[in-house]
Amino acid sequence: MAERFTKSMARNIYLGGSAFFVLLFLALTFDTQSRAMPERDNRDQITEQVVRGKHVWEENNCIGCHTLMGEGAYFAPELANVFDRRGAGDSAVFKSFMNAWMNAMPTNVPGRRQMPQFNLTDQEIEDLAEFLEWTSKIDDNNWPPNIEG
Amino acid sequence: MRYESQRVAMPYFIFALILFAGQIVFGLVLGLQYVVGDFLFPEIPFNVARMVHTNLLIVWLLFGFMGATYYLVPEEAQTELYSPLLAWILFWVFAVAGTLTILGYLFVDYATLADVTMNKLLPTMGREFLEQPTITKIGIAIVAVGFLFNILMTALKGRKTVVNIVLITGLVGLAALWLFSFYNPSNLTLDKYFWWFVVHLWVEGVWELIMGAILAYVLIKITGVDREVIEKWLYVIIAMALISGIIGTGHHFFWIGPPEYWLWLGSVFSAIEPLPFFMMVLFAFNMINRRRRNHPNKAAMLWAMGTAVMAFLGAGVWGFLHTLAPVNYYTHGSQITAAHGHMAFYGAYVMIVLTIISYAMPIMRGRPYGNSNTAQVLEMWGFWLMTISMVFITLFLTGAGILQVWLQRIPESGQALSFMATQDHISLFYWMRFVAGCFFLSGLAVYFGSFFIKGQASPSEEVRGPATEDA
Repeated sequence: MAERFTKSMARNIYLGGSAFFVLLFLALTFDTQSRAMPERDNRDQITEQVVRGKHVWEENNCIGCHTLMGEGAYFAPELANVFDRRGAGDSAVFKSFMNAWMNAMPTNVPGRRQMPQFNLTDQEIEDLAEFLEWTSKIDDNNWPPNIEG
Repeated sequence: MRYESQRVAMPYFIFALILFAGQIVFGLVLGLQYVVGDFLFPEIPFNVARMVHTNLLIVWLLFGFMGATYYLVPEEAQTELYSPLLAWILFWVFAVAGTLTILGYLFVDYATLADVTMNKLLPTMGREFLEQPTITKIGIAIVAVGFLFNILMTALKGRKTVVNIVLITGLVGLAALWLFSFYNPSNLTLDKYFWWFVVHLWVEGVWELIMGAILAYVLIKITGVDREVIEKWLYVIIAMALISGIIGTGHHFFWIGPPEYWLWLGSVFSAIEPLPFFMMVLFAFNMINRRRRNHPNKAAMLWAMGTAVMAFLGAGVWGFLHTLAPVNYYTHGSQITAAHGHMAFYGAYVMIVLTIISYAMPIMRGRPYGNSNTAQVLEMWGFWLMTISMVFITLFLTGAGILQVWLQRIPESGQALSFMATQDHISLFYWMRFVAGCFFLSGLAVYFGSFFIKGQASPSEEVRGPATEDA
């Protein structure tokens, strides 16, 4: 690099640049969290059941195989829109699907990917279904592109 | 090695490499489960193997960073480490806690693990990469505080170099951002938003400072180029890393709830994210071209060049491939993401740790000029086998990802193949990825083998003075 460009100039770009962008990021985070998200994440719909469902989701490490809003492992289907895909957007249909599905696992078909049997209670399965239904209604800029996730 | 206390880096490096081997073995298990779905089921389900694979990666890289820090901070500061004893105690605390956590994943059902570690009191488990029981997370935080205390006390009593300042800034950032792992609100969109404060701001933020500082240190040592020049480069690189990377977090906010302006911010800033990695390539090759000595440890030089190139390809090019919002709309959460993740982690962070190990380990073993020629040749074979295998792993996963997007994402609902049907169609790519993974393991074995060859490089191989006429 040219001699005109000194080390202290480089340091000032680093300090000034990172300070500026840290502050900008904090400001954007504040705007996102205080203004935008309440409009988009239907937080008023978070019931006790949804909260319990999130714990069921976490304590069984579902993210270790599935994606949720595209994040997680890529071994098993996306579940942010499973309410639409498997429940056709109907709570009762989705709950009965979830119950049947969770109790049928694992399929034990030789050579096929297997989902463990988590031994969830009916209540836990219903909580999980509520959580996934709530998740499906977050405004996520219309992702995924189609019903298959 | 000028200070006896630098030697405390040794157990950190050795343990890091052992965990690395474990990570690769579980990577192969996962690779096989992708095509033989019931492999090891129900003993080791996919989610368990994946948790072991990714958590081992994180933990061994942290061991590598800590080893690197213990080695280079005293030398840069020109003083002994504040407390080698504390470094040893924290080594055992972290090693035992890490091992117990991994064994917990393997031998206890995850829901039971959550139960016995009292996850209910402060629920933090069950989120990608942050699967550790809360008690382990607290342990990591405590180890980090003790480690930083030791390092800060060392750095403050000695010479303050740019390498030390940048490295320590990165480590403080790493520890501070870790605190977000304890924040797990019941609102999923908030949970995800701040989850990225750990994950993204680590690997595309403060870890780049750590990587830059280690690379700068090794280049100072093996090229003999004036420190002033190297430090100027380092500042510019980390400036670009943070200027692009902080708002670049926005590329993770496209589809998880935050508003649409992130589509623009994330796309524009992450388009700049390859730049610091490209500058690292220029930096490494420039410094080596202008070298004032020919260090006999050629393997270390190869790793230094390799990490710059592979980080640029993996983090820079493969990141950019799918980072623009209109592209990411189709590729988000597909095998393209996996392809990028593999090469980026290998190129940037695995290879920088192997670079410092390659440079420092022979010195700590009483071989100041590096290992014998035979050992170096073997180490370089390990380098090429692992690196080329990783290139193929990345290419095969990219192929799988493109086909996945084509079959599952692009067609309209009704025409698109389901996730599982798509997986069947791309299984050939998964098989090839598995084969490439086996080559990676063989490369790792060769690399390990190089540690067991006796002898050292001779000082007579060192050519002092300008290596090229214009240097």
